[in-house]
Amino acid sequence: MLVYFLKRLAMVVPVLFGLTVIVFLIMAMIPGDAATAILGAYATPENVARINQQLGLDRSLPEQYFIWLGNLLQGDLGRSYSLNRPVLDEVLERFNATLVLAGAALLLCTVFGLLAGIVSAVRQFGWTDRIVTFFVLIGISMPSFWLGLILILVFAVNLRWLPPSGMFAIYGGGGPLDLLAHLILPAVTLAVVATGVIARLTRAAMLEVLRQDYIRTARAKGLTERRVIYRHAFKAALVSVIPVIGIQAGFVLGGAVYIETVFQWPGIGRMLVQAISTRDLLLVQGGVLVVAASYVLFNLLADVAQHLLDPRLKS
Amino acid sequence: MSAATNAAKPVARRGRPSFLQLLVANRLSAFGLVLLVLIAGLALITPWLPLPSPDVTNPADRLMRPMTDGHLLGTDQLGRDLFSRLLWGTRVSIAVGLSATIVAAIFGSAIGLIAGYAGGRTDNIMMRGIDMLMAFPYILLALAIVAVLGPGLLNALYAIAVVNIPFFARNIRGVTLSLARREFVDAAKLSGKGHIRILLSEVLPNVLPVIVITMSTTVGWMILETAGLSFLGLGAQPPQADLGSMLGEGRKVLFNAPHVSIVPGLMIFALVMSINLLGDGIRDVLDPRLKSGALSRPSAATAVRRESVPEMPRETGAALDVRDLKTQFHVGGEVYKAVGGVSFQLNKHECLGLVGESGSGKSVTAMSLLGLVPTPPGRIAGGRVIHEGKDLLEASEAELRRLRGGAFAYVFQDPLSTLHPLFSVGDQITEAIRAHQPLSYREAWKKAVELLSLVRIPNAAERAHSYPHQLSGGMRQRISIAMALANDAEILIADEPTTALDVTVQAQILKLMAALQDEKGSALLFITHDFGVVSEISDRVAVMYAGRIVETGPTDEVLFSPAHPYTRKLIDCVPVLGEPERRLDAIAGLPPAVNRLPEGCAFADRCPHVEAACRKGDIALDDLGPGRAVRCIKPLTAGREEAAQ
Ligand code: SF4
Repeated sequence: MLVYFLKRLAMVVPVLFGLTVIVFLIMAMIPGDAATAILGAYATPENVARINQQLGLDRSLPEQYFIWLGNLLQGDLGRSYSLNRPVLDEVLERFNATLVLAGAALLLCTVFGLLAGIVSAVRQFGWTDRIVTFFVLIGISMPSFWLGLILILVFAVNLRWLPPSGMFAIYGGGGPLDLLAHLILPAVTLAVVATGVIARLTRAAMLEVLRQDYIRTARAKGLTERRVIYRHAFKAALVSVIPVIGIQAGFVLGGAVYIETVFQWPGIGRMLVQAISTRDLLLVQGGVLVVAASYVLFNLLADVAQHLLDPRLKS
Repeated sequence: MSAATNAAKPVARRGRPSFLQLLVANRLSAFGLVLLVLIAGLALITPWLPLPSPDVTNPADRLMRPMTDGHLLGTDQLGRDLFSRLLWGTRVSIAVGLSATIVAAIFGSAIGLIAGYAGGRTDNIMMRGIDMLMAFPYILLALAIVAVLGPGLLNALYAIAVVNIPFFARNIRGVTLSLARREFVDAAKLSGKGHIRILLSEVLPNVLPVIVITMSTTVGWMILETAGLSFLGLGAQPPQADLGSMLGEGRKVLFNAPHVSIVPGLMIFALVMSINLLGDGIRDVLDPRLKSGALSRPSAATAVRRESVPEMPRETGAALDVRDLKTQFHVGGEVYKAVGGVSFQLNKHECLGLVGESGSGKSVTAMSLLGLVPTPPGRIAGGRVIHEGKDLLEASEAELRRLRGGAFAYVFQDPLSTLHPLFSVGDQITEAIRAHQPLSYREAWKKAVELLSLVRIPNAAERAHSYPHQLSGGMRQRISIAMALANDAEILIADEPTTALDVTVQAQILKLMAALQDEKGSALLFITHDFGVVSEISDRVAVMYAGRIVETGPTDEVLFSPAHPYTRKLIDCVPVLGEPERRLDAIAGLPPAVNRLPEGCAFADRCPHVEAACRKGDIALDDLGPGRAVRCIKPLTAGREEAAQ
């Protein structure tokens, strides 16, 4: 297992390397002069020269890349001009907030997605199945940013049960309970689509597995139906659902951009939107890189989990 | 569709219903279709509707509620008519979503076609690139692209298109890859056509359906995502508005005028949902597995709906007494009579061989005994299965559970698919033990290891930790046998336990089973298509054909002088050492379909002795001396058989 894990970890390196190339290339593809793009059309020539030099734009592209990569490896992602602080500091700080939100959402969608999928497969064509299928359809068709607004209207404005925005209360907040209260609405909103997708696939996987010969064997052994479904069928279905959960991590991390904007969550998604409108490209670059890298790691986790469950993959 | 509606629609009656009819038959997708047509239709005719201009501001009328006169849906913060803006915005959103889909489809398909067609290194490099793109969280990549190109509706369109290219590239590549190796492509190459022409004229037309399906599954997403970018202020810029930017602007007045944001959101929702419903419908129609009902979940025990229940017979002392058992499969209005009235007795300590070709109903018979036939589509339609004076077809699920793996144990055909791939074999045996004996996991595991030694598995203690895929076929079958022995079953039911194995292993397993049966004194119901195997292990045989027993008797007698022409043929199929030519791989012709059984003898079409009388009325299983019976009006006798040959 450890060997596998190390091997898999080694395979992550080229992917991360590729990520840096793509991020670098996207930023290098900025049409026109990057300096003017950053500083605007009315920049003074001195400033343009300074930026060009600062960005190393007077060198060849591969050279620029390796200098940039070298800096990156030393933790230097440049300086955000709009915030006037190192990009890395800002990005990491924001990423923490996103991780809390995305982690909560992933937890929710995994638990409820699996549950809903199992229940709906077990009660196939029954009322529970129909209700679950209906909600899944609604969930995956709904614009999450709109759902967020409606939840704010209902639970924050009308019922006043939960705070409408932010991560902590401005006055006297800060405890874990305060965080939880602020977390519920955005995490639920962020989880809805992924829950739907996971529920759908779990249902399909369960139905597929329940027709397998080894399920008949389990029944022929005289096991209770509960054991047949939750031990034998679920474990087999889980193996095929786990990679999907890994992919959902990407949708959750991406969807955080909307949800953080709606709920004014101080995470990296909201930072990205702000950075794009102020054209703080170094900040965008850093943010994209960190989120993409974390997605790669989420997938690594999913992969390892799958290997832990499925002995067939070891050989 | 019922017969009545079919008759009312003469078009639908002939042949298969059309694609559209199937689609509409699915109520949800029909709803999606109607909704989509409605929205798209409204969006199309918007310029000709008598609506106020969507961009005319009127500060005096700002934030009017819906249903106020002149403004069906009220006004926004600049006093613009929301209904008009909604329709115009929908136009923009649909146009942008569709365009993004088309752009993604063109570029993605091109990449997929080229990669799949070229194969080799080109394919490898292109697909690595695509994988790289997919390593980014979907929306993030779109954001990065917008960051570079700058906010704007067109740039948002490009961004969304780019992030969807991988989906198309992957799907199309897969199909192209298999097409590129087909004969017609080779033929085109030989005829001197250029690669581009081959791609466009030979490959593309075959790939087109996949492209269309991928488009139908992604267009909803693309509408949603472009709306999302506009919502963030990165897409449509004022005064231009799509649904997303309307929602974004409405958000600013969320607290005092929620309708300004609720309305455009609802429209996005309706639009995307209608597309998804329709897409699901299309997929269901195209997925043939759903039609056959094969994706249905089988219940814990076979449904019992008996139309005929024979009298409870007097106690016979048999371990198992099966009377007139009938099992059917109901699929798409057709009734397949897999088991059409089977009766037999399995005596204590004896081995009964149930012989027949595949599809003769022998496995279904065995599965029916303890309700292991999947419902749907299976159903027990008649008969009794009597064990210790009780009819098992009347047993509750809990009673069945106690018998399964308890008094009755099964050994199935292919242990690779019948053992759970994710649990160690020791664990699976332990579980079987603990289902019927109050032992701790540890004690049961010890017993499992003993059982493994009993079935002659070397290094049993170690092997118990193996998973099925790590063992050979013969080993796996020994595991299944060990599992069947776990609770000292009174009755063992072995369903083709040696079929998947090669000949030497087959012999070992047979010997093992015979020895164990002897040692444990259990009764054995042995199911096989191979008379050679039967002759080695069983005391009596019952030959099945098209769901019924056609001959039964002591193994030696039947083997020596078969009375039914079918039995004769089956025996002829057994390979004899040193005479490979004697192996007739199959009997000429096919057994009748069990949903359309002919009148009279089911074997008539393949029988060399058939005559007119064979095709009339039901042919009974006639006694033929002690312990022997045959379902044939002209049973073979030694003399007649000579004549036939
Ligand atoms: S009943 Fe007639 S057709 Fe059927 S097996 Fe006997 S001889 Fe052949």
